[in-house]
Amino acid sequence: MTVMVELDHLSRSFGELRAVDGINLTVNKGEVLGFLGPNGAGKTTTMRMLAGFLKPTSGTARVCGHDILTDGMRAKQMLGYLPEGSPTYDDMTVGAFLRFIAEIRGYTGSERQSRVDLVAQRLALTDVLDRPIELLSKGYRRRVGLAQSILHDPPVLLLDEPTDGLDPNQKHEVRTLIAAMAPEKAIIISTHILEEVEAVCTRAVIIGHGKLLADGTAEQLRANLPGGGSLDDVFRFITTGNAPQAAA
Amino acid sequence: MNHIRTIAKRELSAYFATPVAFIFIAIFVALSGAFNFYLGHFFDRNQASLEGFFSYHPWLYLLLVPAVAMRLWAEERKSGTIEQLLTLPITTAEAVLGKFLAAWLFCGIALALTFPMWITVNVLGEPDNAAIAVSYIGSFLMSGAFLAIGICMSALTRNQIVAFIAAAVTCFVFIMSGLDIVLGAFRGWVTPALVDTLASFSFLSRFSSLTRGVVDLRDIIFFASMMAFWLFTAVVVVDVKKAA
Repeated sequence: MTVMVELDHLSRSFGELRAVDGINLTVNKGEVLGFLGPNGAGKTTTMRMLAGFLKPTSGTARVCGHDILTDGMRAKQMLGYLPEGSPTYDDMTVGAFLRFIAEIRGYTGSERQSRVDLVAQRLALTDVLDRPIELLSKGYRRRVGLAQSILHDPPVLLLDEPTDGLDPNQKHEVRTLIAAMAPEKAIIISTHILEEVEAVCTRAVIIGHGKLLADGTAEQLRANLPGGGSLDDVFRFITTGNAPQAAA
Repeated sequence: MNHIRTIAKRELSAYFATPVAFIFIAIFVALSGAFNFYLGHFFDRNQASLEGFFSYHPWLYLLLVPAVAMRLWAEERKSGTIEQLLTLPITTAEAVLGKFLAAWLFCGIALALTFPMWITVNVLGEPDNAAIAVSYIGSFLMSGAFLAIGICMSALTRNQIVAFIAAAVTCFVFIMSGLDIVLGAFRGWVTPALVDTLASFSFLSRFSSLTRGVVDLRDIIFFASMMAFWLFTAVVVVDVKKAA
């Protein structure tokens, strides 16, 4: 198995708060890792460090062998990143935005156009290429965000809450797309929707207060809870220490 | 280099995506003309010269350039697109420079559209066209220095109004630093050398020597180093504050 992403004692503090506290983790090619945790657990902070938006306070991470601290530019080239909430330049049209991303990614001329056409087709955006992003529905915007993240066919994908706020049909589409790309890539999905883990993830980790609390397949995570239960119960047990009886 | 061009292209088209750009250009051209004819007494002076026209540029820039610069980073931070932009394989310096060049080009377009003034003065008399050309270059350089200050202030906040006011106040200090309103506050308790240094930072005196057609390399270096300093500061500010 090829290790694609490696977190090495990755930590980040904001003043007194240790948002991410010494996380060690490896993700292999072909894996879809569900990155779980309550709000404020450090999911987005970890993603942002991997994507090169935030500097770690200590520790580091490697993306396809490129250290994010010493070789950040290469690491960024290996990554496709969907930030939380999928922020895009609202005044641009979908086509102009994707062409801008393609140009930054180093594609020019006809190759640029064919890249844009390909992702537009893949995410069913072909009909809205000439529409300003600000006029699109939330589902479309999220797909524009996804399109920009996979435009350069990166070996590693970081998706921060990719299905948040989508309707069930759109969620299904996004998951189908992720599953289709999975064998070729290492994909990390942050989410607090646990059904997502069972739907697309091959493995999940749970973090709380910046620390890694559990790591394994959905089955293995369930084994954490004495007596078994749903993933929701397991999640609650691991992150709060409350057994389902106590929570109910 | 290609990244800078790509970012500049996107920023420039963002200016023209709304009518604001056209309104801005119209206001600049109209005001610079109005100031020249009414406050500058263009006809009464009975001279074929654009000195009056250019003498109002620092004051026009004081209000208009911070307005051009205020959205450049504040908007990215407010809408969260800064995360999208800075996780692309580009450096922060490329992003800052790309945005700066787009805004500077935009100011250049506005400035270039005042060309009817140059034609008018040539129809009416025989002006020193070399001096006018130098003045245009000086005015363009000065707008760049104002813009660099504005970009830096825009990087400090997510609020465009705050960015505008901070930039306008800073620009005002630099315009006035050669005049007694600023120098008087320092005379008497700091060394004369320091007062002279302060006076030498004045945009107004640097610019007015250019508008008389005097090409002093020191003035050009002054504006260029102003831009370099504020752009460098902007890069540092964006890097430190991007996720805040």
